[in-house]
Amino acid sequence: MAEAILTATDLVKHYPIKGGVLRRTVGHVKAVDGVSFELLKGETLGIVGESGCGKSTLGRLLMRLEEPTSGSVVFDGVDMYAQKGRAMRKLRRDIQIVFQDPYTSLNPRKTVGDIVGEPFDIHPDVVPKKGRRKAVQDLLDLVGLNPEHINRYPHQFSGGQRQRIGIARGIALNPKVLICDEPVSALDVSVQAQVVNLMEKLQDELGLSYIFIAHDLSVVRHISDRVGVMYLGKMAELGEEDDIYGRPTHPYTQALLSAVPVPDPTLRDKKEQIVLKGDVPSPANPPSGCRFHTRCFKAQDKCKTDIPLLELRPDGAGEHLSACHFAQPREIIETIDLTEQGAGNAV
Amino acid sequence: MTEASTIAVSAEAGQPVGGQADEGRSLASDAWRQLKGNPIFWVSVSLITLFVVMALVPQLFTNVDPGAAVLKEARAEPGADAWFGRDIQGYDIYSRTVYGARASILVGVFSTLATVVIGLVMGVLAGYYGGFLDTLVSRVTDIFFAIPLLLGGILFMSTFPNDQNTPYLVVVGKVVLVLSVFGWPSIARLMRSSVLQVKPNDYVQAARALGASPWRIIRSHVMPNALAPVIVVSTINLGVFITAEATLSFLGIGLTPPAVSWGVAISDALVAVRTYPHILLFPSLFLSLAVLAFIMLGDAVRDAFDPKSR
Repeated sequence: MAEAILTATDLVKHYPIKGGVLRRTVGHVKAVDGVSFELLKGETLGIVGESGCGKSTLGRLLMRLEEPTSGSVVFDGVDMYAQKGRAMRKLRRDIQIVFQDPYTSLNPRKTVGDIVGEPFDIHPDVVPKKGRRKAVQDLLDLVGLNPEHINRYPHQFSGGQRQRIGIARGIALNPKVLICDEPVSALDVSVQAQVVNLMEKLQDELGLSYIFIAHDLSVVRHISDRVGVMYLGKMAELGEEDDIYGRPTHPYTQALLSAVPVPDPTLRDKKEQIVLKGDVPSPANPPSGCRFHTRCFKAQDKCKTDIPLLELRPDGAGEHLSACHFAQPREIIETIDLTEQGAGNAV
Repeated sequence: MTEASTIAVSAEAGQPVGGQADEGRSLASDAWRQLKGNPIFWVSVSLITLFVVMALVPQLFTNVDPGAAVLKEARAEPGADAWFGRDIQGYDIYSRTVYGARASILVGVFSTLATVVIGLVMGVLAGYYGGFLDTLVSRVTDIFFAIPLLLGGILFMSTFPNDQNTPYLVVVGKVVLVLSVFGWPSIARLMRSSVLQVKPNDYVQAARALGASPWRIIRSHVMPNALAPVIVVSTINLGVFITAEATLSFLGIGLTPPAVSWGVAISDALVAVRTYPHILLFPSLFLSLAVLAFIMLGDAVRDAFDPKSR
């Protein structure tokens, strides 16, 4: 097994809710509430979950764009939240981010050359001043853009091209980890495939590790080696891609997977769809015990009181991490990897 | 998916979208293109240029001394001798109107510069750093907002009145000071709200993630994207300040004789407004034209910088 490059331990982020005339803190939104995982060198860890489950906050915590309420992230043997000033700036070279919306992630008043070259301006020791234009053009070439378009402005590009510019900026400093916060969610399906394939190509060429945050299960399956499923700020299940998609043991994962459309009409009727009751509870006032018990079809009294730990539980063929008292595999018709299919047809 | 097809797709994706023009385009160049074709812009720019030249070198337009009174020809109607006629003291109205531009332009330009500088700094500090600084700046602007510009001007100028021997620059400086003190809060508020709009954008977060310093983020990401409304409002404010100067002078507490200004001239002309309206007409006309020119410029600039209005 490869060694871990990034280890998150009990990561917590609570946002205070201010109320009343005196703006006192009346509660907390528990956006991320005790998340632990490891990212291995060269792997892609997918993080899935529905809107508001804390995926993006997790990404921002890992970038240290937000300070955590508690918990730690160790990157390459260095405690990230203990770094200050120069040391933190140096650390930022190794861990970069690609944002969801390519329309707000690029400064509309800067040329592509300025945007992709900004990392070199902030860290001048990476590339000597004379070589910068060439370095930017090489990056554009690497992400599949015409290097001659260095003087253009973001509004002259399409969504997919803009996302490539964002990726070029992210990899400019040759980072070890790239956090992708829903990098393809804002793109058309055909363009999604291009960008996902580009990211896989870059991973092979540059040896990057990805944390790939998304809500599209098939895209995550296509790109990820391991997958973590989040629900209300906690990790519900974490395992190899085959474990999660083939032998999910957490009822939430099972419900999520059963909602993925099956492209084969003959199989459609055989598929059992688990429809969850109600809405996601407010993260300001999460349910006691297991966070999922209010909507779970397996819930019993124990779930209301005892918090299930994320630990190795048998899944039929082996075991993987799952946070359910009654973890057991359930027959779900395997959903076909849509991205792979779509891309294959296009060729 | 094979490597070859990935590359094929990439090459295709590298093609430009839409316009084939290869020179760089930006908001500023688009705005300039729009302004170039706008007659209102050119009319206001030529008027403003005219008034600025008048303020800098009034000798170009007249060689009559604005302080030379010919009492026996007082209240003379416009004619070959004095183009705009003479006022109650027998001063040449044309010459006084030309020389009066200096005070108005000085007050307008310097009050605008001062309000923009103070307002920008305060607005950026409050909007970008937030927290205590934001509360402080917001409350201070609230306090200033409670006092109307003119009332504040009247209070200040009547507390520190001018006399005959006060140097010209001190007289103008006082008016500029009072207008800037009461004018900066609106710019600060505008800048604050526009910084708050720009700040959560992902490109600002991306710069933070790259390790950019706050100064760098403000300079190269926040300011360029937050400045447009301030530019527009300050051009309109310029007209407002010129009016305020004229109003204060009209009330006898702004610029005072021997300083020459449009406001002073209008104030002097009022005693004879029914019998000799031409004395009032010319300074008022120039004042209106100058204010109109700046407001039209502000309008044109706002339209050009707002993509939605195209």
